Amino acid sequence: MTDTLTTHTDVLVIGGGIAGQAVCEAVRDRSAELSIAMVCEEPRLPFDRVSLSHLLVDGKDPAELQLRPEEWYTDQAVDAIVGDRVTALDADAGTAVLASGRALSFGRAVLCTGSAPLMPPLPGIDLPGVIPFRGPEDCQTIRRAAAEGTEVAVIGGGLLGLEAAYGVASQGASATVVHLMDRLMERQLDDPAAELLEPALEGLGVKVLLERQTRLILGPDRVRGLRFADDTQIECGLVVVAIGIRSRTDLAKASGLDVERGIVVDDRMITSHPRVLSVGECAQHRGHVYGIVAPIHEQAEVAAQTVLMLDAAGEDTEVLGHPAPYEGSILSAKLKVMGVDLVSIGDADASGGGGATPAMGHATSAAVHDRESGVYRKLVVRDGKLAGAILMGDTRGHELLLDGVKHAIDVPDPLALLAEASQASPADLPDTAQVCNCNGVCKGEIVKAIQEHDLGSTQEVVAKTRAGAGCGSCKPTVSEILKVVRGGKVDEATYLCPCRKQTREDLAAVVREQGIDSVSELSKTCGAGRECGACKPGLAYLVSEVNHNQHREERHARFINDRVHGNIQKDGTFSVVPRMRGGVTTPSELRRIADVAEKFDVPCVKVTGGQRIDLLGIKKEDLPAVWEALDMPSGYAYAKSVRTVKTCVGNQFCRFGLGDSMNAGVELEQMIEGLYTPHKVKLAVSGCPRNCAESLIKDIGIVAIEGGWEVSIGGAGAGTVRQTQLLARVDTKDRALDVAIVFLQYYREHGEYLERTAPFVDRVGLDTIKEAVLNEESGEPDRLRERFRIAKAACDPDPWRERRAPAVPKQFSELDTEVTAMVGPPPGAEKPEIASVEGEDAGGQGARLSIQRVVGATTRKATDA
Amino acid sequence: MLDVATPCTADELREEGFVDVGAAADVPRLEGRRATVDGRRVAVFRLPDRFAATDAACPHKGGPLSDGIVADDCVTCPLHNWRLNLRTGEVAGQDATMPIHHVVEQGGRLWVRLAGACDGHREPERAASRAAAPGPTPVRPAAPA
Ligand SMILES: Cc1cc2nc3c(=O)[nH]c(=O)nc-3n(C[C@H](O)[C@H](O)[C@H](O)COP(=O)(O)OP(=O)(O)OC[C@H]3O[C@@H](n4cnc5c(N)ncnc54)[C@H](O)[C@@H]3O)c2cc1C
Ligand code: HEM
Ligand code: SF4
Ligand code: SF4
Ligand code: FES
Repeated sequence: MTDTLTTHTDVLVIGGGIAGQAVCEAVRDRSAELSIAMVCEEPRLPFDRVSLSHLLVDGKDPAELQLRPEEWYTDQAVDAIVGDRVTALDADAGTAVLASGRALSFGRAVLCTGSAPLMPPLPGIDLPGVIPFRGPEDCQTIRRAAAEGTEVAVIGGGLLGLEAAYGVASQGASATVVHLMDRLMERQLDDPAAELLEPALEGLGVKVLLERQTRLILGPDRVRGLRFADDTQIECGLVVVAIGIRSRTDLAKASGLDVERGIVVDDRMITSHPRVLSVGECAQHRGHVYGIVAPIHEQAEVAAQTVLMLDAAGEDTEVLGHPAPYEGSILSAKLKVMGVDLVSIGDADASGGGGATPAMGHATSAAVHDRESGVYRKLVVRDGKLAGAILMGDTRGHELLLDGVKHAIDVPDPLALLAEASQASPADLPDTAQVCNCNGVCKGEIVKAIQEHDLGSTQEVVAKTRAGAGCGSCKPTVSEILKVVRGGKVDEATYLCPCRKQTREDLAAVVREQGIDSVSELSKTCGAGRECGACKPGLAYLVSEVNHNQHREERHARFINDRVHGNIQKDGTFSVVPRMRGGVTTPSELRRIADVAEKFDVPCVKVTGGQRIDLLGIKKEDLPAVWEALDMPSGYAYAKSVRTVKTCVGNQFCRFGLGDSMNAGVELEQMIEGLYTPHKVKLAVSGCPRNCAESLIKDIGIVAIEGGWEVSIGGAGAGTVRQTQLLARVDTKDRALDVAIVFLQYYREHGEYLERTAPFVDRVGLDTIKEAVLNEESGEPDRLRERFRIAKAACDPDPWRERRAPAVPKQFSELDTEVTAMVGPPPGAEKPEIASVEGEDAGGQGARLSIQRVVGATTRKATDA
Repeated sequence: MLDVATPCTADELREEGFVDVGAAADVPRLEGRRATVDGRRVAVFRLPDRFAATDAACPHKGGPLSDGIVADDCVTCPLHNWRLNLRTGEVAGQDATMPIHHVVEQGGRLWVRLAGACDGHREPERAASRAAAPGPTPVRPAAPA
């Protein structure tokens, strides 16, 4: 890495923030040849600083904020030098020296050194527990303090301070915002808006102290409070200072560049030395230093054009040609506080601030104010042209208004424009309107991408344009635009995790590529399952399926039914359905069931539609004892899994019977029991086309015919009744069961979670399924068989054994109660795993059943700690 | 993360109105368990970074919240999927709120204090009206410096 020889690069980007990254991308977009190097002082690749506010709230891994994955830098031939700093820059010579001692020579340099938080020189400012809010480390400190219940004071009632305070309050800790002025966000808001904002924040648990000038940070060993100019004071254990930023100009200054508040640049983003440009929070353009992201993208575009023109000039530093000039940006701020909708655009309080708008002229404003509902919408008009807006409580139309301010549109009737904005749909937006503020993407670019690449889903649009790849708050707008462009024809993906818009395929790829074997790990990697948790059972299935059941089982990811292996009833009790393969039982089993029903006062004993016996109304604490007394394996009647194989008696007794449906069904059930599936799978085997076991409305139905068997799939007997479609007609029972199993595995691998086989067959198509399941030459059926075999061997044929070895503490009881005393042998005295129905019991019925119950090896890894 | 030393003794906790409900180890990560506090059935959950507690019965039809699926900050009732925020006590999309009880882990035990059982106890941080909570706590004149 460190190379004492001087390396040459055409373009040297100094600073790896959002600005540095934007410059690299804008240059690379225009030239594949120029060599680019970027020096990043922070020990990480460029990341999305804006989202630190979210990180504070949701505690996500900072690594998720990385703007581009590592491969991007290799693919795009951008030499990212991470954890090093440019310490000296000689613009005339075109050389730079790094802290590591490494030297670089360059054609052009772009200073993207950003800014540092302003820390006022108060007594106590360097006490432990006084921090800025700028990097991931700060987030961690704040979150830790909030988790410990530390009182947090935030100095500064601007955007950043409020987001910091909200982050603290959202974790249930106390947050107080201390602000110098008499209203919050005074630079972006006027009085009425600020007055609405304050109670909204307090409703979220943020306390606000206005007109307090901090005089002293109390110590002495670590921060203990703040004392104000009026001698009042508050106690706190952490102080977050968010009063503003200072451009980092030291390097520029030392290199002899013109520096005022920031590094002075012209409309081409060139500093006072023609070889050096500057972009981002360190740059000062026409007197403005911007502290937000949107201008960075505009500046980076211009800077890239300039770099290319400069390069065309070779070593000659005279500039050839002129790029479209950068004329400044309109400020637009959106508060990232959940539940407080607030956007401020341009000159919002008619004071002449708000970015590159001229501050002269006569200003008027018009507002709609509804105190009751907390809605305030105001337009500022200067000399008849739109100059700014504040939208609070209802931010509809903000893209339209931002665009209007940018183009200083004529506003004859401000109230009419306000009304129009609240009706505006994405279809009405001009092409120049910026839709994604995170990544600076305009509507025009989105429309163009959709048309050029024939994009059909929001996901594709996001991937292509990066609009919505940031916070995602513009994703609904992106979807709307897609709908408009495609005339309503949009193929939306089915999301396994709707909160994070992740499909089963997305997540399966992550699981495979990163070798993930548990839901927690998957959640940690991509956030799925953390917000509402609704998708966790789906994730659990996915993780188990991809790992062929050799995953790390985590009970918290399972629905309660799968945690205690019973079906929860409306009163919180459970139902118990023992395994009764093919609906075939014995007098001994029936006797035990009867005994249990009496002993435990079971409120209801019922025969189910799947030919099983259901004991209803069992208390959770009684489950282990009930199972012990039953001494039968779990019937899995509570899970999204293989449920039941229904059978008719078939040729063993029935005078029409063509095949031994009963034994075929029992055998089939043995082969597949214990397997989880995308949704429940119900099967049936009938002994002749009279179809008494109702095979033709099952997920998989098998029917004996003259000289063979028919296997059909995708039926449904509940909800919308559907008849199965024929998959194969085969000669032998064994081949019929084999076809059923290969199809089952195919469904296990390709079904969306909670997609029954009927819609699955419709979606995938019968022909595709036939090809995969029946075309032996392709090798796919064999592969499906092999994966099925591994998954089956690793599945748990009887989770009721957890009665003796609970998977988690107090699995069946409450914190302060115990399970009912066991009936039967004490824990530890293991009986034979599972009894067989063969022998003594079978006799009574006179059935000549010869059934060998298979117990799969349990090779699952330990449950989570 | 959870075993941040609480600088309190069991006696102090008892004095402050907390009740020992059981062993912390008996509530696995992202699961819930029921317990009784002063005759009231409560549900205690272990979240990724803390414990949380609310009443045991769902405000909808009394479903067992302790049997719900737990995410970072909320629990979903197993019966009809009402989703309760374990910070604020709000139920998503419903006009219902639940009390959030205070849980402290101390020496491997969980102590619960019912919401409203004690003055000054942290209520769920929703809509504390300004009139009711003037300024931050505590504001007092400073000693002459
Ligand atoms: C919590 C938070 C929330 C925000 N929210 C929003 C928002 O909602 N909307 C919005 O528009 N903006 C927001 N901002 C502001 C936005 O993040 C900044 O405008 C933007 O990140 C600035 O990017 P930059 O690249 O110019 O500067 P920086 O991010 O400061 O990047 C400069 C980089 O250069 C490095 N560097 C400096 N000197 C050298 C050197 N000599 N050699 C090598 N490297 C060097 C620095 O270490 C740094 O990594 C927010 C900021 C914060 C902190
Ligand atoms: C640039 C990268 C950004 C990232 C990665 C990011 C990330 C996020 C995330 C993860 C959420 C939570 C969404 C959810 O799961 O419900 C969120 C919400 C939000 N973000 Fe961002 N954010 C970014 C930038 C921004 C910017 C620039 C703004 C405004 C200018 C913004 C405004 C919001 C708002 C208002 C919400 C709340 C939405 C709601 O209430 O549902 N974000 N963001
Ligand atoms: S976890 Fe998401 S992510 Fe998945 S459905 Fe939910 S919260 Fe949502
Ligand atoms: S389908 Fe009906 S008729 Fe045919 S074998 Fe079964 S029971 Fe007998
Ligand atoms: S009882 Fe909880 S959702 Fe219905």
